[in-house]
Amino acid sequence: MDLAFAPQDEAFRAEARAWLEAHVPAVPLPSLETEEGFAAHRAWEAELAADRWSVVNWPAAYGGRDAGLLRWLVFEEEYYAAGAPGRVGQNGISLLAPTLFDHGTEEQRARVLPPMARGEVIWAQAWSEPEAGSDLASLRSKAVRAPGGWRLSGQKTWSSRAAFADRAFGLFRSESRAPKPHQGLTYLMFDLRAPGVTVRPIARLDGKPAFAELFLDEVFVPDEDVIGEPGQGWRVAMATAGNERGLMLRSPGRFLAGADRLFRLWRAEGSPQDTEDRVADALIGARAYQLFTYAAASRFLDGALLGPESSLNKVFWSEYDIALSETALDLLGAQGEAADTDWSQRYVFALAGPIYAGTNEIQRDIIAERLLGLPKGRR
Amino acid sequence: MRFLLDAEQRAFADSLDAMLTAADTPSVVRDWSRGEQASGRALWSRIAEAGVFALAVPEVYEGLGRRPVELAVAFVELGRHAVPGPLVETVTAAALLTEPGPAKRLLPALASGEAMATVAPSGSYALDGDAATTRLALTSDGLRLAPGHGPVRRCLDPARRLTPLTPGGELLVPHPPVAHALTTARLTTAAQALGVGLALLDRTVAYVKQRSQFGVPIGSFQAVKHRLADAKIALEFARPLVFGAALSMSPAEVAAAKVAACEAAYATARTALQLHGAIGYTAEYDLSLWLTKARALRSAWGSPRECRNVVVSARDRRW
Repeated sequence: MDLAFAPQDEAFRAEARAWLEAHVPAVPLPSLETEEGFAAHRAWEAELAADRWSVVNWPAAYGGRDAGLLRWLVFEEEYYAAGAPGRVGQNGISLLAPTLFDHGTEEQRARVLPPMARGEVIWAQAWSEPEAGSDLASLRSKAVRAPGGWRLSGQKTWSSRAAFADRAFGLFRSESRAPKPHQGLTYLMFDLRAPGVTVRPIARLDGKPAFAELFLDEVFVPDEDVIGEPGQGWRVAMATAGNERGLMLRSPGRFLAGADRLFRLWRAEGSPQDTEDRVADALIGARAYQLFTYAAASRFLDGALLGPESSLNKVFWSEYDIALSETALDLLGAQGEAADTDWSQRYVFALAGPIYAGTNEIQRDIIAERLLGLPKGRR
Repeated sequence: MRFLLDAEQRAFADSLDAMLTAADTPSVVRDWSRGEQASGRALWSRIAEAGVFALAVPEVYEGLGRRPVELAVAFVELGRHAVPGPLVETVTAAALLTEPGPAKRLLPALASGEAMATVAPSGSYALDGDAATTRLALTSDGLRLAPGHGPVRRCLDPARRLTPLTPGGELLVPHPPVAHALTTARLTTAAQALGVGLALLDRTVAYVKQRSQFGVPIGSFQAVKHRLADAKIALEFARPLVFGAALSMSPAEVAAAKVAACEAAYATARTALQLHGAIGYTAEYDLSLWLTKARALRSAWGSPRECRNVVVSARDRRW
C-alpha cells in the first residue's frame, strides 16, 4: 500500500503544471452557459488539444497521450489547482467517448473523437424525456427504420449544454413491442442542426440557458451513427456507466482545489470560529474523496469492475459540492448574495448535482440493494 | 501508487476476524464491564500472539517494528468485534517509551501481551487503570509510572472503565514524544471507530432483512434503505482516510481520519438504534456494546472539535 507516484508520473505532473502555468487565462473566461462563454471555452479546448492536454488518457491516435487513469487523476489535480476553466467538452469526453471506445466501430472513433478532443464538435447528452427521468427505461422517443438509417421523433429534455452544442447522443425506442421497457432501445448520435430538430433553451435558476428541450420530427440519422447493435442501446449505455466513467465524472482535483480556495477565503475573512468546523470538513471531505478515488483506481487497474461503487461516489461529491459552496456563501455574508461571483456560480451549478446523472434517491437505492443486499421494494 | 491493502495485510485482517469471531467477544465485554478480567486477559494474550501489540514496538525491544498500516488493519478488526480493554492506550504507551532504559524494561512485556498498559495526561481518566499493569501519567515534567489508581467511574460505554491515576511515581522519560504518541492514539482510535461503525452497519442490515412490518421486511422500505446507504457512504469515505493517515502519520491527516471515522461510526450508531427500534435500546441486546462505544470513541483522544482545529491549523497538511 503506498501513495507515492512513480518518478515518470511525477515528471508528467511537472510537465502538466508547467504547461498550465504558461497557458491558463489570467482573467477567468465568461460562463460557459452563455453564447460568448461557450465560444471562449471552445477556443480553450482547442488550445488544450493543440498540445494534447484535452484528453490525456485517450490513445495518441485520437489526440491523447495514452496517459492512463492515474495520470488522468494527476492531470486533473494540476488542472484545477491552476484555476483552469471548466470543460465545455465534458459531456462528450466523459460520457460518449468511453462508450465509443468500448462499443463503437473503428470508423466511428476515427470520425467522432478527434473533433471532440479539439472542441470543434461539442456534444450534449439527450437522455431524459418529460416522462423519463429517474425511470429512464420508460423513455418514448422513437427511432423508426428508414432506408440507410433511422428517423427520430419525440421529445428530449434537460439536455445539458444543448443550447449551444453541435451534436447529441441518446437512447431511442426502436422496438415498440419489446417485452421489457429497457429492451428494444437503440443508442444513436444525431446532429442538433439537422432538419427536423428544434432546440428550445431552458433557463436554469440563475437565468442562464444551461440546458434545453429538443423536439425531434422525423430527423434522419444514418446507420453509421448507431452505437453498438440496434435494440441493445440500454446495455451499451449502461456498460460504461459504472466503470471508469464512474471515476471520471467528477475528478478529485476539482474538490481539492475548491476546498483550498474555501480555506483561503476563510483565512482572508479572519478565520471566523463559527465556520471553522465546516471549513475543516471541506478539507477533510476533499481528501477523503481523493483517497477513495485512488483506492477505486487501484482496484480498477487490478482488473476489478467498479459497478455500483460509483453510486457511493456520486452521492458523496454532489452533496459535498453544495456544502462547500454554501460555506463560502455564508463566509461572504451579504456579498454572497451577488449572482455573478465564482462562488455563487459554483453554488448554482452544485445545486443540480443531487438531481442529474441519476438522482441521489436512485443512487441510494442502488447502494442499498446492490452493495448492502437489501430487498427490492416499491420506490 | 497502489492504494490497496496487500495480500498479507488482508490475510492478517481475516485471521484476526476469524479468531475474534470464535472468541465470543460479547460475553468477554460483559465480563470486563463487571470488572471480571479473566476472559479479557485470555483474549488479550491471543491478540498479542497474533502480533497486534508487537506492531507498535521496535524490533530491538522484541516487537515487529512500528507499522502503523498494520496497526490500523488490526484496530479495525478489534473495533468490529468490540474487544474491550486499553488497546489504544497500550500502543500509545509503546509510542511514548522511546528512551532506551525504560524501553528495554517495559516494551518486551507490552509486545508479548504479558503487560497491559494505560496512559493519560495527569488529571484525566486513564482507561482501565484497574486492569492495566503499567500505568503511565503524562505530567508537566515528563512521563511517570503511576503507583496506583483511584476508584473506577462508570463510562457511557460500560466496557470502558475510567480510573484516575495516583499522582507521583517514578519519572521514566523527562521529554517523551507526546505529539507522536497522540498521533498513534488518534490513528488507532479512528481505526477502531471505523470497525465499530462497520459492525453496526452489518448487524443493522441483517436485522432489517429479517424484521417484518406490514407484511414485508422493513429493509424493503426506501426510508430505511436510504439511512443505511448514508451510513455506508460515510464509512466507505472514512476508510481511505484512516489508511492514508497510517501511511503518512501526519498529525493533520490522522486528525482528519479521526473526525471522519468517529462521525461516521456515531451516525451509524444513531441509524442502527433507530432501525432496530426498542430492542436496540436494551442493554441485554448485543447491539448496545457497539452503540455505546461509538459514542465514547468520539471523545477519546481528541474530540471532533479539537481534531477539526488541528486540520485547519496544520502546517503539515499536504492536501
